[in-house]
Amino acid sequence: MSQIGELPARVRRSRSVDPRLVRLFGWLVLGALLRLMTVTTEGTSTDHLLVIDEAFKSPALIAWLVAAVAVWAVTELWRARRIGAAVTVHTAGVRKQWSTIADRDLSRKLSLLAVVAAAIVIPQFLSEFYQRVLVDQVAVFVLLAVGLNVVVGWAGLLDLGYIAFFAIGAYTCAYFTGSLPVTPPFVLNPFVILPIAVIVCLAAGLLLGAPTLRLRGDYLAIVTLGFHEIVVLFLVNKNNWTGGNQGVSKTVPHFSINLFGIHYQWTLASLPYWYLFIGMLAIVVFLFARLEHSKVGRSWTAIREDEVAAAANGVPTVRYKLMAFAIGASTSGLAGVLYASRLGYINPASFPIVLSISVLSYVIFGGMGAIVGVIVGASLLTFLPAVLQEQNLVRQEDIPMWVGAVLVVMMLFRPQGLIPSRRRRRELRLASEGIADADAMSEAPEGRQR
Amino acid sequence: MCLSQHFWQFLIPGITLGCLYALIAIGYTLVYGVLQLINFAHSEVFMTGGFAGLFVCQALVGTGKVPHGAQSVSYMLAGICCSAVFGAIVAFLLERVAYRPLRRRNAPRLIYLITAIGASLFLFNLAGKLFGRDKANIPDLYTDGVVFTVFGAQVRVQQLIIVGAAVAMMLALDTVVNRTKLGAGIRAVAQDSQTASLMGVNINRVISQTFVIGGLLGGAAGFLFGTYLNVHYQMGFLPGIKAFAAAVLGGIGNIRGAMLGGLLLGIVESVSQSCMSSQWIDVVAFVVLILVLMFRPTGILGQRLGRAA
Repeated sequence: MSQIGELPARVRRSRSVDPRLVRLFGWLVLGALLRLMTVTTEGTSTDHLLVIDEAFKSPALIAWLVAAVAVWAVTELWRARRIGAAVTVHTAGVRKQWSTIADRDLSRKLSLLAVVAAAIVIPQFLSEFYQRVLVDQVAVFVLLAVGLNVVVGWAGLLDLGYIAFFAIGAYTCAYFTGSLPVTPPFVLNPFVILPIAVIVCLAAGLLLGAPTLRLRGDYLAIVTLGFHEIVVLFLVNKNNWTGGNQGVSKTVPHFSINLFGIHYQWTLASLPYWYLFIGMLAIVVFLFARLEHSKVGRSWTAIREDEVAAAANGVPTVRYKLMAFAIGASTSGLAGVLYASRLGYINPASFPIVLSISVLSYVIFGGMGAIVGVIVGASLLTFLPAVLQEQNLVRQEDIPMWVGAVLVVMMLFRPQGLIPSRRRRRELRLASEGIADADAMSEAPEGRQR
Repeated sequence: MCLSQHFWQFLIPGITLGCLYALIAIGYTLVYGVLQLINFAHSEVFMTGGFAGLFVCQALVGTGKVPHGAQSVSYMLAGICCSAVFGAIVAFLLERVAYRPLRRRNAPRLIYLITAIGASLFLFNLAGKLFGRDKANIPDLYTDGVVFTVFGAQVRVQQLIIVGAAVAMMLALDTVVNRTKLGAGIRAVAQDSQTASLMGVNINRVISQTFVIGGLLGGAAGFLFGTYLNVHYQMGFLPGIKAFAAAVLGGIGNIRGAMLGGLLLGIVESVSQSCMSSQWIDVVAFVVLILVLMFRPTGILGQRLGRAA
């Protein structure tokens, strides 16, 4: 059976079960699991097994199981047909790539224009609810995802404390607008706070990254997780500074322009904020797109693909990893300022650890390393749950569960994501052939002497 | 000095907690030894153990009065065994469903980590959905009381049971890893998996067994932790991170290191309670983790499973 794997010739066990039956069993289990996941009620602590009872006694279970058997039958038929067929031809894609570069460039520009126009025009015609979803969910998380893409997609690092920087940005905004119990030296307009928050988060990122980026990459994941926990504990426990669990003591003011005779004040209305957000997003995306193919971006690629070779060719790997980490952190801080000012109210519970993982799932789902993919992924995965929730199809508490499932399924079946970056896809393929790496998880070559 | 005043009173709970951390840390360290990968979802193995123990105890004790004598002992053993088995099942499935396909594809480590995070998020939220999101207490299996005092610090039955069970399991594990064929397989794969496979070790099976062993200990730890505090769908998160910190402190990939690191971390965390307010306790483990990573990334006892065991 599957245990043989890479081992030298080993006798198959004679009592092995027909693999088709094993697969049927797998599909049935999956069907039952999906039934459990789609139960509309939620368990209580008085009767722990209530939900399981309800899930397995309802006729919906049979529907799921029948569906599982149907899927199994189809896949088995497909499998049986494919065995005789020839190996799929890979070269077709390559030929097509080169013939149409000029067309592609033009069509890319046109589609970019179309998307921008749609982003400007369409929200005008949406209801207030969808406008709010667009601003509070889609815009914020797209910005966050684009920032995390630098860390995960380009530098190949895993940052699980990403939302901690979001919180730092938000609280920086609250501090400098005088909304916290401590009085700041001067009260500022949120626009002025944007660069300050970026610098603060940059510094925090450098401080956290400097000791840990020297080590193996998986330590970074757990240290950032711990960092998030520390930041939240700080926000909760330092009551006299941060307001503790109650959050900010005064409403964080909205953005306003008061310059050269122009006066404009953002209000609770969603549409003006939508334009502010996509303006910021456009700037960030433009900068990052420039960064991707610059010397820095190419260094990240080199580090991802082979860290030792990159270091041998004079790429200071730790410095570039640190740079990616700090750029991600500062983007998160930027989003934090916008978020705090938009909502007016923040407390430590606005920044749960699950949010970091959710943003990660947007990046993964869309396609790490590809800005377009990440934007599409984040928009889909934020818009969809909000709509499903509005229609009472999914409970809000269950969304993290689906996020987790999406992460696992994507990693197992399509690690390059929905709209992959071509480079990233190639790396993943090469890695599976054992040729190159596709992350920056190994120990930094120059950090090894310690 | 704040330390000397209540030292013993904080040491005893510290040792108790430390033994639990050690049990979880072993799960991390075993998997790290054979796969060089952090099994983020191990905290959910722990949580599963807690829930399994909770259900078994609720079924056994019911709403009756607190059992005593041989009944308590047998219930306790049933709880430990059942939670260990369920922990092992989850760990085994995790390896089968999530990690093995990636391994066959030779996926980069980033992919493993993201899968593990996703699995963890999925599992604990599924548990929250199915079993409710409130804290639940495991019914009393014995009458808790003070057994004796050390330098003015009380030692309770509960603490003795947890420490006793944990030490027994750790001794058993140490024997298994060092004395049996199974343990030799684990050590061989940890040392050099390619050579081990050339020598006829079935790597996939050894990795499965490693997950199962880690799951047994983690599940049992979940039950013990549940009797100590309570059972909750997010109960795995903090102990999980702390146990990982403990594994790094002792030297990741090193089983005895994980035991030592867990014990030390539990004691440090508990004793530091005498110096700072208890709200900040969770910070201690992270500070320890960052300090260890900065100054001695190989941990106290060094890294390799194969070499040190």
